[in-house]
Amino acid sequence: MSGWFHTALSAADLLGLFGHFLVLSLFAVGGAITTAPDMHRYVVAEHHWISDAQFTSSIAIAQAAPGPNVLFVATLGWSVAGPLGAIATMFGTLIPSTLLTLAVTRWGAKRKESRGMRAFTTGLTPLTIGLLVATGWLLAAPYATDRAHAIGAIALVAITVIVMVRTRISPMWLVGLGAIVGAFGWV
Amino acid sequence: MSAIASTPAEAPLAQPASPAELFFTFNRLALQGFGGVLAIAQHELVERQRWLTRQQFVEMLSLSQVLPGPNVVNLALMLGDRFFGWRGALASLGGMLLVPLVIVLALTAAYAEFSRIAVVAGALRGMGAVAAGLVIATAFRLMGTLRSNRLGPPLAAAFSVATFVMIALLHWPLVWVLAGLGSLAIALAWRRWR
Repeated sequence: MSGWFHTALSAADLLGLFGHFLVLSLFAVGGAITTAPDMHRYVVAEHHWISDAQFTSSIAIAQAAPGPNVLFVATLGWSVAGPLGAIATMFGTLIPSTLLTLAVTRWGAKRKESRGMRAFTTGLTPLTIGLLVATGWLLAAPYATDRAHAIGAIALVAITVIVMVRTRISPMWLVGLGAIVGAFGWV
Repeated sequence: MSAIASTPAEAPLAQPASPAELFFTFNRLALQGFGGVLAIAQHELVERQRWLTRQQFVEMLSLSQVLPGPNVVNLALMLGDRFFGWRGALASLGGMLLVPLVIVLALTAAYAEFSRIAVVAGALRGMGAVAAGLVIATAFRLMGTLRSNRLGPPLAAAFSVATFVMIALLHWPLVWVLAGLGSLAIALAWRRWR
């Protein structure tokens, strides 16, 4: 427990942490998770601020908790340097990508009907859909390859897909169903 | 909560009344998002609120995909900015992040204890499997938009399949797939408007 609340970092270290995440933000195409290997290099391998296990559990918590997965950046910052660490990593991650997104959105909105923007969205839409299937596939893989529970897990994924495509009920019901069958040890 | 399987893509669009409504909508959808928010965002913004058509959603998502930063966060910013400018963008962003941030930091302290309990670990596994299914279902819902894609359905589907293979099976870096395959797709689409 004590490991989560230490603030051993100096002001210079905190600034370095903030600066590192500022830079990584602009390379995070596909989400902050794509820069996780470099975050690992910085806070674990280079500075030894946290252990491998702490790094992994930071990501696991954000996956398990409600909300966008980018929050793993905050849990990571927290485990490095408490609240100030969470502020440094979270703002570092969000500021550059937010400003860039707003700038590009406004620039693009003015040219929405231009040939370039149309070609851009028309061309990328099929990739976006392929990428979504790939993301679901990669998320499902660890459950489907676990022999003890594979059938239950694959059935649960399939039921989820069918119900969501066929009906408009809230996904919360399915998440609840997943929690219950999971608690019984069926997946 | 209605279970009507209508075609919301055809229905007239609605608009958020205020930045506050954006804040609460994004807060609600973020709190429903276990293992990722994208599937819930599609459900809430398109099927339920009807602030976007499926077509508009997939276009916004495509743009947020190539920009750095989390896709759902970029999507929230774009949607907020579209309706209320800066105030809308900040309202969407705050709604999506503030409350989940408090929860996730509280869980950080408790996690090590609770994850050892078999029932909790099992429940998390079940929720994870559903999260995977939700993302796949979102892709299926959006596939309909390929029918009107100017590349033509067969070519568009081929690009989807190629992306899936490169990312899920070959584990190629996303940046290279977007730069290579994406550029090719955009170039081919460009020629359709000659």
